[in-house]
Amino acid sequence: MTIITVRRISQVFFLGLFFWFCLVMTIGEAFWQLRGWPVNWLIQLDPLVGLAFAITTGGLHPGLWWGLLTLSLTILLGRFFCGWVCPLGTLNQFIGFCAHGRKTLARRVALNRYHPAQGIKYLLLIGFLGSITSLQTGLLDPLPLLHRSMGLIITPLLEYTGIPISSGPRHYPNTALIGLILGLALGMNLVVPRFYCRFVCPLGALFGIFSRLALWRMGKAVKVCPDCLQCEACCEGACNPSAEFRTSECVLCMNCRPACGPALMTFQSTPSAGGEILLPDPGRRRFGLALATGLSAVPLLRLEGSLGKNWDPDKIRPPGSLAEAAFLARCLKCGQCLRICPTNIIQPSGLASGLEALWTPVLNFRMGTSGCQLNCIACGHVCPTGAISPLELDRKLGRGAYQEQGPIRMGLAFVDQGRCLPWAMNRPCIVCQENCPVSPKAIQTQVHFQPVPDIPALQIASANAATLVFENEGLQGQRLDGGDYYCRSLTNPAPARLIINNTGNSLTLAATSAPAAGERIEILLRLQRPWVEPSRCIGCGICEHECPVQGRRAIRVTAENESREKDHALIRI
Amino acid sequence: MKNENQIRPCLSRRECLVRMGKAGGALFFLWAAGFWLRKRGAALPSDTAEGVSWPDFSVPGLSGKLVAVTSGERAKALERALQALGGIEKFIRPGDRVLLKVNAAFASPPLIGATTHPELLAEMIRLCRKAGADQVLVADNPINDPAACFALTGMEAAVKAAGGRLVLPRASDFKPLLLPGAERLAGWPVFYEPFKNINKLIGLAPLKDHHRSGASMTMKNWYGLLGGRRNILHQDIHQTILELARMIKPTLVVLDGTTAMMQNGPTGGSLADLKQADTLIVSTDQVAADALGASILEKDMQTLGFIRLAEAAAVGTADYRSLNPIFLSV
Repeated sequence: MTIITVRRISQVFFLGLFFWFCLVMTIGEAFWQLRGWPVNWLIQLDPLVGLAFAITTGGLHPGLWWGLLTLSLTILLGRFFCGWVCPLGTLNQFIGFCAHGRKTLARRVALNRYHPAQGIKYLLLIGFLGSITSLQTGLLDPLPLLHRSMGLIITPLLEYTGIPISSGPRHYPNTALIGLILGLALGMNLVVPRFYCRFVCPLGALFGIFSRLALWRMGKAVKVCPDCLQCEACCEGACNPSAEFRTSECVLCMNCRPACGPALMTFQSTPSAGGEILLPDPGRRRFGLALATGLSAVPLLRLEGSLGKNWDPDKIRPPGSLAEAAFLARCLKCGQCLRICPTNIIQPSGLASGLEALWTPVLNFRMGTSGCQLNCIACGHVCPTGAISPLELDRKLGRGAYQEQGPIRMGLAFVDQGRCLPWAMNRPCIVCQENCPVSPKAIQTQVHFQPVPDIPALQIASANAATLVFENEGLQGQRLDGGDYYCRSLTNPAPARLIINNTGNSLTLAATSAPAAGERIEILLRLQRPWVEPSRCIGCGICEHECPVQGRRAIRVTAENESREKDHALIRI
Repeated sequence: MKNENQIRPCLSRRECLVRMGKAGGALFFLWAAGFWLRKRGAALPSDTAEGVSWPDFSVPGLSGKLVAVTSGERAKALERALQALGGIEKFIRPGDRVLLKVNAAFASPPLIGATTHPELLAEMIRLCRKAGADQVLVADNPINDPAACFALTGMEAAVKAAGGRLVLPRASDFKPLLLPGAERLAGWPVFYEPFKNINKLIGLAPLKDHHRSGASMTMKNWYGLLGGRRNILHQDIHQTILELARMIKPTLVVLDGTTAMMQNGPTGGSLADLKQADTLIVSTDQVAADALGASILEKDMQTLGFIRLAEAAAVGTADYRSLNPIFLSV
């Protein structure tokens, strides 16, 4: 078995593992659904996640430890992760091989020649790490990028074609750009193999920087070789193996080793005999510019005041999310919470809600299958960086030891009286009240008796027990027996009485003490009009999801009163 | 002889040690940093900002005093009222550092009567200075823009002319309130900067109608010490005023009813909202002062929940007559 075969086995294994982790991010009872797999393991192995997290928070989240292992191996061996582990690298290599594998030697040599633009990825890395208040590496870091793309695009697309993965088809808005980036990352391989790895990948850049310390590296054993360029033709990293060796670009694909006829390419402790260049020199100005851009980008975006008084009330974060500043310092935009949410209400925020928060999770109660389920704490438990705290159920619901603190509130529901059926159109409804899951209910109703406009006041001709008979056929064509209609005497003040039956000229009431003959009565519609008690509402959005006014809901949740931001309080609890 | 180019190079011992040292050093640094960072955990921004509280500013032996002076001239009325209480020297000792909490809520001219009158403020500063006060600070956290409020109400000029010092609120001047007795206001950010170094506190409030609480007088005046989103406290305004009155023990309060705002409060805006009531109240009992003020505003005291609650909580007495008040005319 050659080293190439071993590498391929490793790549297939990790790519398979990645797909497996993506597949099991599905709630269900089948063996291939959520079963406690370490679904974040590949993200945790990614040291750029840990490094950026350490910069933005000054700490390290449990699990991000694994990145130390990866970096340590990089210090010993070089960029092994890119060539042996990274699922995006594997996909890129495969596509590149399919597209270019059969081309002539000269073409392949040209395709795989080092290009100075490969230095761009280092500038991107510096820029991203310059974002010291907000975690932005996830935009281009391959592991979050792939997880996000799988969860929000590939899996939903598969479901769209009828392959049942989740319990039903899932929808995510604002994903066009995610798809575009994935498409470019994969498609550019058709132009240049491993385009993303060579020019863009900030994780590859990080490994490149650390590879300068590697104790063993690829290189020429002797300076002079036949210059057959076989090694160049199959080089994945575009690291000039036959000439001055670009150590930081070598992804340890090892293709050059068996390709070299005289076996002059070896994994050796000495620098390549043809000379080696440890790192491309970006130049002090470019370095400074990248760093300055990174440092100033987030402060610039925050000038709009999104973290202060200009906060966005539609940015309803998943239950247990940290306060916005701490949240943005941790959220990787990996999309794990969006994928796991059983009701598909966690959605990526789009460009409109601010570039800084692009693709961070927000709740959209118009979509999905329900609101935030009372007894679900899945999102916090799959978050790899703790931007959403892994809540205990008691903490979420404010039970047991958390009685005093009360439940986690994501927002607060507001009744839009101009759209709500019982308020605006005198039609009985209160679907929202029925669906309010907290006890006692946060949605209460007030009873209102509305005179029915089509029926004029009626004069009672005769009254027999609970049946009233009128002189004219004023009730012709009306059905008042549904339980919503009442009548009330206009002559003698008395409570309204429930109508249980009617004909064109008679009414039967539930009450035995009916109005007497000669009295005038009016027909009333009993309406229950909803209102929200803010101390009980947790902002789960089930009311908004169930509201029959489907366009713009008549009851809507905004982030008012959310537990995570004191300044958003509407009431003093 | 072999070509030099075909000799397989080999690391010297020195090179080998240097490289192993570098890699080893990097590994050591990496793991040390990792352990250190892990120990720090994912440090959340701590919520434990240093809390503050208000000490007792009252002068022992002078509780339960109330003077009401009938006069159209604020400065004279204030001087006379204090004389009747034994002189400002009873309250302000040489070397004292005094804070005058004014009502500067709105950027409107003194004529409108929505804010503490600059003449009254200037006279109070002068009297404190005369009594030997080291420092006289003037502060409020207004609703409108602070600088504009103090400028347009004439208070800024008055403070300068009389030798006081204005403290305009900045975001960093607020600290969470930690005081036994704080319930709704526990942890609420309060304007603490001017309180840092003072030992006497005097409230100077205009007498005004207030649509939500009924009346804005000496107790409601403490609202201006609150920071944060105090507008949410309006849902329980009487309890909030009560809590403030219970926690703030001033040296003196002055309620200026020279021109009382009878309606359209607390902003007013028209001279038609004002009534020439020609009364200035000076008291060491804020509840009594407000009770007398309520009668000038022709309010039924039973409808002013904060007075009822404050009396029940023994902050003071609403029955101001029981204090043997002194009524004077200038």
